[in-house]
Amino acid sequence: MNDTPRPVQGPLTPRPQVTRRRFLLGLGAATAGGALLSACGGGGSSSSVAGAGTGATSTPAAAASGAALAVEKPNLTLGFIKLTDMAPLAIALENGYFAEEGLNVTLEAQANWKVLLDGVIGGQLDGAHMLAGQPLAATIGYGTAAPLIAPLSLDLNGNGITVSNEVWDIIRPSLPENADGTPIHPISAEVLRPVIEQFATAGKQFNMGMVFPVSTHNYELRYWLAAGGISPGYYIAGGDAVGEVAAEVPLSVTPPPQMPATMEAGTIDGYCVGEPWNQQAVNLGIGVPIATDQHVQTLNPEKVFGLREDFAAQNPGTTNAMLRAIIKAQQWLDANDNANREAAVQILSQPEYVGADFEVIAASMTGVFTFEQGDTRPAPDFNIFFRDFAGYPFYSDAIWYLTQMRRWGQIDVDQTDEWYVETANNVYRPDLYMAAATSLVDEGVIEDADLPDTDGFRGPQDDFIDGIVFDGSQPNAYLESLPIGLKAGQTVSASGVEG
Amino acid sequence: MTDVTTPPTAAGAAAPPGIAARAEDGLRVLPDADPTPDTVEEAAAPSWFARQVTPARLRAFAGSLVPPVLGIGGFIVLWAIFAARIDTSLGTLPGPGEVWDAGVGLWDAFLASREEEQAFYAAQEATNVQRVADGLPPQNFVFNGPVTFVDQIWTSLRTVMLGFAIGTFIAVPIGLLSGLSKTFNGAINPLVQIFRPVSPLAWLPIVTVIISAAITSPDPLLPKAFIISALVVTLCSLWPTLINTSVGASSVPNDLINVADVLRLGWFTRLRKIVLPSALPYIFTGMRLSLGVGWMVLIAAEMLAQNPGLGKFVWDEFQNGSSQSMSRIMFAVIIIGIIGFLLDRMMAMLEGIVSRRWAAA
Repeated sequence: MNDTPRPVQGPLTPRPQVTRRRFLLGLGAATAGGALLSACGGGGSSSSVAGAGTGATSTPAAAASGAALAVEKPNLTLGFIKLTDMAPLAIALENGYFAEEGLNVTLEAQANWKVLLDGVIGGQLDGAHMLAGQPLAATIGYGTAAPLIAPLSLDLNGNGITVSNEVWDIIRPSLPENADGTPIHPISAEVLRPVIEQFATAGKQFNMGMVFPVSTHNYELRYWLAAGGISPGYYIAGGDAVGEVAAEVPLSVTPPPQMPATMEAGTIDGYCVGEPWNQQAVNLGIGVPIATDQHVQTLNPEKVFGLREDFAAQNPGTTNAMLRAIIKAQQWLDANDNANREAAVQILSQPEYVGADFEVIAASMTGVFTFEQGDTRPAPDFNIFFRDFAGYPFYSDAIWYLTQMRRWGQIDVDQTDEWYVETANNVYRPDLYMAAATSLVDEGVIEDADLPDTDGFRGPQDDFIDGIVFDGSQPNAYLESLPIGLKAGQTVSASGVEG
Repeated sequence: MTDVTTPPTAAGAAAPPGIAARAEDGLRVLPDADPTPDTVEEAAAPSWFARQVTPARLRAFAGSLVPPVLGIGGFIVLWAIFAARIDTSLGTLPGPGEVWDAGVGLWDAFLASREEEQAFYAAQEATNVQRVADGLPPQNFVFNGPVTFVDQIWTSLRTVMLGFAIGTFIAVPIGLLSGLSKTFNGAINPLVQIFRPVSPLAWLPIVTVIISAAITSPDPLLPKAFIISALVVTLCSLWPTLINTSVGASSVPNDLINVADVLRLGWFTRLRKIVLPSALPYIFTGMRLSLGVGWMVLIAAEMLAQNPGLGKFVWDEFQNGSSQSMSRIMFAVIIIGIIGFLLDRMMAMLEGIVSRRWAAA
């Protein structure tokens, strides 16, 4: 990492003092926040939830603290996967934003996305850092079925596609170069074609990893491959989670933190994953990031904050308080052109959060992205938490993910355009986001300009690598415009695509 | 001895309980713990204390320390030499010094966390005084700092003890019944043989799904992950106790059975006065083996069930993949080993006490 032009701190850097703030600042603020609970009387609610009450009306003190609703459940456990884009949750805790809202939040690392999803559905977790596809898939019943909502988008972008050194060595000579000898980006998946053929003659399959069947990474990797004319395979109708029918490059599921080790073991030849696991491959010298999701789509909706629909319905004040705290953290993460990112990386490198070394996390979060030793490029938008309306859950983003589920067969039959819109309306809840965000605007914490003036649809988007325009209001027309993918009337069985 | 129905002749009756059980499970504990219980514990700590400290004994004791010290020392030297030569993706394998430092770091983190916790509650108390003065209800937030290694050890111990206790409560009655009734034994023996070798990782999904469905309260008394891990421990560890209890109950000396027949003892009295006393040493041997299995299984269960114990610590550190992770994991391995050893010694002591008492009686 010698050639990276930024201050490097060792992994042994002591815990930042900011840690203390979450208690002290939090408790001070909780005095104000706790005033919300004053009206709750005996209540008779669960005894372990201290001070919880039901239906408390807002008091003058509550109005002063700025929240419109009482917090019904102050003690919360939120789940996350060890990825840098969980940052808004860690920052909301460490900077005391949760405490300011009268919340006592415990963050709990989860073993994988399935465990995390089951935790939210089963109620052990009150909310979680989720893949955008998870609440959508759970609500439409692909995989574990349960009505979930996504009232806030945690970030945009933040993923990379990495290939092993073996693959990189084969394709590197064919890549056009910049003046300084580094490859020109974006790199199309076309370059993999010779590798796939070379592997095939050696009797080997070209395998890639992604993190979950309904993960953003799965859809981004598939989009990138298909844009380069390579079929990533279809899912068999009826809830198949393998998705390798007619695949030129079969994709398999590996939890993010195990990606580098799995590639090193030779089980996969490349993967699509969030940070720091692409930088980890660079750091360990076992692979090279070939594309970032910014190359696939300039502004790529990534993780969401997901929770159960009934939890949000029964605990509107708690939900609002959580969203307010997370929005504050998102703003802090992007404030002054990422000025706080280094402090954020300090926090994330603590073992209870992401836990990877400071340098590894910083390599993608502080405005640069390292593709190879010596090829570090500016990437101020690699992770966007607040700018560009990153927190607003656009219906059209949800619809894009739904179209990809249909494109690859996870949604096994055609759906009407109305169905896409309705599903997006049920899961993505900009109403909750705007309620929390406008209350912060009223308090002067964020600005009016930080919030979009929108009906929830971004309009026609042309920022994809293959230039195909996506219009969220025309999902079926969009599906027909994609060269590789299921078309109207087609279904997938084990023997292939039919119809 | 793979069949519980085997009558306790030859091997069963003649061999001391420890050997019977170990042959049964293919497990070995410590070579010096193998002979009959009466002789085992004479060499071990508790009875040593009871005797006079003579120079000869001291010399013998010091002499007996030499091989273990040599063994451990040799291991550490070899470890230090070879670790530096093994390159992993996380740097070279940590040597003894780095692992020691990792342990110290974890202890420091524990102390720091305790300080934070005290500050948190002190601040909360101060806030509550103010709140009460303002006519507000006090708030009782639970400290939400990071879980420390010491907390995780404690969680693991509680989990294994719960699982072990449930297992013992299930295994002993079933074992007694199958020892007393050939029919019952015939009925459950195939099930025991089939379920005994099942890995904890195979039980885990089943237990998880059932527990998730069974516990619907949003605020259960015990966390789901805790119960899931404990039940996996139960499922994997109850078999040695069950089999040993069964062997113990069926190996009551014929003389005693004849006496019971003559006295026309009732079924329950017979169980209490004749069967239990003869079976007790076997039961304790089984429990000792069960606890060993349970501790081994627990780590795997915790890794996937998200129970915040040592298993989750190891898994989280593996996921962290930082330059510190390997030494932390290796420190955890050593601690897991030491705790397993201490648990085994504890059960061995109990086993010895029980054996001596009932052998004498």
